[in-house]
Amino acid sequence: MTAKIQLIGVKKRFGSKVVLDGVDLTVDKQSSLVIIGGSGTGKSVTIKSILGIIRPDEGTILVDGEDITHINGGARDRVMKKFGMLFQGGALFDSLPVWENVAFGLIQGRGMARSRARDIAIQKLAKVGLTEDVAFLSPSELSGGMQKRVGLARAIAADPEIIFFDEPTTGLDPIMADIINDLIISTVKDVGATALSITHDMISARKISDKIAMLYGGKIIWAGPTGEIDHSGNPYVEQFIHGRAEGPIKMAVKA
Amino acid sequence: MNIFASIGRAVITVLAHIGRLAQFTGRALAAVVSPPIYTRLIFSQMIRIGYFSLPVVGLTAFFTGGVLALQIYLGGNRFGAESIVPQVVVLAVTRELGPVIAGLMIAGRVGAAIAAEIGTMKVTEQIDALTTLATNPIKYLVVPRIVAAVISMPILTAIGDSIGVMGGYAVSVYTLDFNGTTYLKNTIDFAHNDDITSGLIKAAVFGFIVALMGCYNGFNSKGGAQGVGNATTNAVVSSSILILAADYVLTALLFHK
Repeated sequence: MTAKIQLIGVKKRFGSKVVLDGVDLTVDKQSSLVIIGGSGTGKSVTIKSILGIIRPDEGTILVDGEDITHINGGARDRVMKKFGMLFQGGALFDSLPVWENVAFGLIQGRGMARSRARDIAIQKLAKVGLTEDVAFLSPSELSGGMQKRVGLARAIAADPEIIFFDEPTTGLDPIMADIINDLIISTVKDVGATALSITHDMISARKISDKIAMLYGGKIIWAGPTGEIDHSGNPYVEQFIHGRAEGPIKMAVKA
Repeated sequence: MNIFASIGRAVITVLAHIGRLAQFTGRALAAVVSPPIYTRLIFSQMIRIGYFSLPVVGLTAFFTGGVLALQIYLGGNRFGAESIVPQVVVLAVTRELGPVIAGLMIAGRVGAAIAAEIGTMKVTEQIDALTTLATNPIKYLVVPRIVAAVISMPILTAIGDSIGVMGGYAVSVYTLDFNGTTYLKNTIDFAHNDDITSGLIKAAVFGFIVALMGCYNGFNSKGGAQGVGNATTNAVVSSSILILAADYVLTALLFHK
């Protein structure tokens, strides 16, 4: 298998606080990798570094073998078109109706005609189980689970090669969480995408991943196929996946 | 606590702020002149920034013109120069009060709204979402607001100038027994094109300041509701101060003979 995304020695600090301390990570093509780890361990920073929203201090990020760590302008735009992202809070644009949220990347990013983009948006909404009448509502009229679905439809609207999921099930009830998990699996398979997710929901992590990596202390301390996570032999992983208060992991108080 | 360390820290904080603002301004200006241009967004912002500000700018201009007439009449009365009211009103309104009052009103109304809207988008990750949708947030959010403000402010000010002069006219004619025709004739004869254009140039600069500070503070807000609140306050306070400072500099430059 070829690597779709590769992180080599990525470091990032904010002020004196070291968040990423040499992250090495490989995501294979058309596979689904989930990064687990406690709150404030740098999971979001890892994803945002790949997206170019945060610039790492050191290290290299490769996408399809191309070094994207320091690219800007047109080259960055070209790489961004490979990406889709589902944000934790949905991050829907509240000034636009649902369909325009979904069609946003097509209209603004790719210059598609509005009427055609709307048809595609309605197709994508159907894929996440939403009917056409939802398309003309405002995002603020939707429940949390519905907003997640719209966010998912927006993430897959432009048929991205890589989809990022930031805490896809956080804040949802268990049933809605499972529906979102199923949708993630089916949509990723549908578009043949590579998925990189971050979560601390182990049920979700086991369900949507082929591989799991655990981030702790700014480093990947364990990575392996999902089936092996119960036999990792790593006390940090053991403590995390069983959710024990006692163990080697000390919770940081400050963000 | 070492006194030098704390002074140094304060100086570094201020310099870092100025640096960030300069960088932001540079990125915004570069984005104004490079495609794509979102014409549709510029128009909708012109409606929000310009059209919806007409009532507040008109009302404040009217009262400003009125109180100016009253004050000049009372002041001029001391040395028998009451008749100078129309000339001073038109001069003060077109050169100074029209653009400055409109600028301050826009800072409060529009600057705050821009900072709050962009700040909320920032803390709810909507700005990051723009980036992931292959859309440059500076081009999509900042450029339309700056362009719309720079175009709208001179138009608003021109309207405000006329209403301000009419405020002075109303007070002079209806309470101070001026002759209406003479008042208007004196106004028109006395005002030069320079007086009006200098005010409109100032207005465009003030529009730029308000939109820029609104966007800058919104983009740099962090935390949650409190962060957005701080961004809004900072946007209004900083743009108000910058408007008054820029007013002095522009006056010195425009009337330097």
